[in-house]
Amino acid sequence: MRPTIEFLDERTLERILSEAIDILCKIGVEIHNKPVLEMLADHGADIRLDNYRATFTEDIINKALTLAPSSFKLYDSLGNEAVDLSEENVNFTPGSAAINVLDYESDKIRKPTTADYIRYAKLMTRLDHIASQSTAFIPADVEAKISDSYRLFLSLLYCRKPVVTGAFTIEAFEIMKNLQLAVRGSEKELKAKPLTIFSCCPTSPVKWSDVTSQNVVDCARYGIPVEYIAMPLAGFMSPVTLIGTLVQHTAETLSGLAISQLTNPGTSVLYGGSPAIFDVRYETTPMGAIETQMLDCAYNEIGKYLDLPTQAYIGLSDAKLLDAQAGLETGIGATLAALSGINNISGPGMLDFESCISLEKLVLDNQICGMTKRLIKGMEPKEDFPMIERMEELLHEQHLLISDHTMKYLNEEHFMPSQTIDRANRARYEEEGGLTLKQRAHKEAEEYLAEYEKPGLSEDVVKELIRLMEEEAKKYGMDKLPDREE
Amino acid sequence: MEIFNQIAESLQKGDHEKVAILTRKALDDKIAVQQILDDGLIAGMNVVGEDFKHHRIFLPSVLLAARAMYAGMDLLKPLMIKEDVRTIGKVVIGTIKGDLHDIGKNLVGIMLKGAGFEVIDLGNDVPPEKFVQTAKDDNADAIGLSALLTTTMTGMKDVIDLMKSEDIYGKVKVIIGGAPVSREFAEQIGADFYAFDGMNAVETLKAYVKDR
Ligand code: B12
Repeated sequence: MRPTIEFLDERTLERILSEAIDILCKIGVEIHNKPVLEMLADHGADIRLDNYRATFTEDIINKALTLAPSSFKLYDSLGNEAVDLSEENVNFTPGSAAINVLDYESDKIRKPTTADYIRYAKLMTRLDHIASQSTAFIPADVEAKISDSYRLFLSLLYCRKPVVTGAFTIEAFEIMKNLQLAVRGSEKELKAKPLTIFSCCPTSPVKWSDVTSQNVVDCARYGIPVEYIAMPLAGFMSPVTLIGTLVQHTAETLSGLAISQLTNPGTSVLYGGSPAIFDVRYETTPMGAIETQMLDCAYNEIGKYLDLPTQAYIGLSDAKLLDAQAGLETGIGATLAALSGINNISGPGMLDFESCISLEKLVLDNQICGMTKRLIKGMEPKEDFPMIERMEELLHEQHLLISDHTMKYLNEEHFMPSQTIDRANRARYEEEGGLTLKQRAHKEAEEYLAEYEKPGLSEDVVKELIRLMEEEAKKYGMDKLPDREE
Repeated sequence: MEIFNQIAESLQKGDHEKVAILTRKALDDKIAVQQILDDGLIAGMNVVGEDFKHHRIFLPSVLLAARAMYAGMDLLKPLMIKEDVRTIGKVVIGTIKGDLHDIGKNLVGIMLKGAGFEVIDLGNDVPPEKFVQTAKDDNADAIGLSALLTTTMTGMKDVIDLMKSEDIYGKVKVIIGGAPVSREFAEQIGADFYAFDGMNAVETLKAYVKDR
């Protein structure tokens, strides 16, 4: 049986939905994008161009819900199926768009470089429990205006896994789409085999900026999947109560769903988000708070109820170092998320309110992901009944270490963590150097990096990616991209 | 004087009605506006600030106190112009062009106002010209710049460059904040101050206007 967790009973869930629909149909949504407003008007919304407001109809929401697919898949850069976002499948992806990296040697944050990004992308090729990569942080050694597309470029160049990403401006979408077209060869191929997911954020309360709503529209046009990242902050930009915040999150997310589905019926989307409580002592948005994690699991239930694939920013920490707080917040979050059956879980590697990536944490979190995936496989009898015969075998042989039953089921019953997870007895642990968690994770990373293999893109594709990126860089006054080690 | 303590205490409790009544009473008693402001309202907010810093109270209590402070200020304002009483300082704030994050900036604005500053909030996605023009037109003491994106933080330098060419750099101070920026970055681009949260922004600007 697969273990699960639930936070909402059906009555509460339906009430949350009806309250959210009420907000959309009575107060409406502020959308700073005329074409989007006009499109909504074409479908019956009441719009006002002077204050950018669209009041929805239930019909629009129902239409969007009917049109949105209940699942989709992502394919790696070679076209192989890599991530299945359907039913209760659980997949992990690193936290994305961090501002800093945590330096291994000094334990201090610093602005990331191209070299850091390449290390990250190479590492991702070997973290087996994290199905996709994300554009995890922003290299600071290129012109800021290209830094969002540049990270996608590096990701595609060094790692085959599909990419969770996003644009910071309306303009950046073009190059980020073209990079994908270079990999897939045609718009048709890209639609058939999505390579990326774009994060697009409504602004709480119930508002869309021109940038993010345009990103939603542009993605829909090219069939690029979108995850809506509504971020109501409980007690600040949304009600202090978790249920109240869920109502607002639902309204914000459904408004995004409508924009996507009316632009391109049937385009793939994730019912996502990053709601959080607001910490009234420190003026911060704690992602590791238990209430934040509860919000994530609960809106996932709403997404599932609406028959949509889901996403959440959970399984990350606000700690500043790879310490016990980092482990506990990530571990609790990833566990709850997996029990909830969230389809795409964004979090591994992330610290400090989504602002800092640690490669060592990423290595550790890969293990956490592996454990939670084992957890939700649950337990079921595997030639266990009747037990008499095996008991007799045990009594006769004195152990079951080489029993056929053991050989057959060892690997599926027991998750085998990497050496980052310490399971040695103390003497062995000391003999192996008495390494700290951080040192063990670093060692594991170094081993993977030493064995790195290129993703296997054709020479032509690589050349085209480089050409596109160099051309984009030139537009913003950069004659040369930073050197890339091979 | 007893009335100052009463104002300060009511303010700490967030009792805006009582603060208004007491402020009115003080005015009726012909106490100088400057003194009501400094020894009553601002003194009360100082205690609130300290309490918040030490986790004795939380943000909502600070904002309640700030609201009570405005209740008093609203009564003082018309007289302040007449008696030429200055607020402790005037700050123009906004989020850099291209950046839509404004939660942190809003909070900083609320807290500066609560501490007695006059705040002109230009919103988000603000072009450099608007910062500089407003600072000039309104004779501001400082410009507060917010950026939450690595792609927009560089826009802070554009504001500073424009301040230089418009010859207000140095006269009007620049304070910056937001997740991607730091004290080092402030130094690098020639911003005068960096603050890591609302309370820190209040402390930093208060220290500046005091020394001035
Ligand atoms: C909430 C949030 C949003 C909300 C913003 C809502 C709003 N109205 O502001 C939404 C969901 C809309 C959003 C959108 C986006 N976001 Co955002 N967002 C955040 C998040 C999680 C928290 C920011 C916040 O409000 N914190 C709470 C407030 C109280 O704190 P604060 O902002 O830091 O402000 C305090 C201090 O910094 C300081 N301060 C701030 N300003 C000022 C100014 C002065 C003068 C002073 C003195 C002090 C000061 O005092 C404040 C009070 O304590 C951050 C993560 C982070 N760690 O910051 C990401 C983050 C900043 N966002 C990010 C991204 C990528 C985006 C998007 C581009 C995503 C997308 N593809 O759509 C868009 C932005 C589009 C655009 N062009 O602007 C990235 C930035 C990455 C980077 N390297 O630049 C971050 C780091 C998250 C991440 N890892 O993905 N976001």
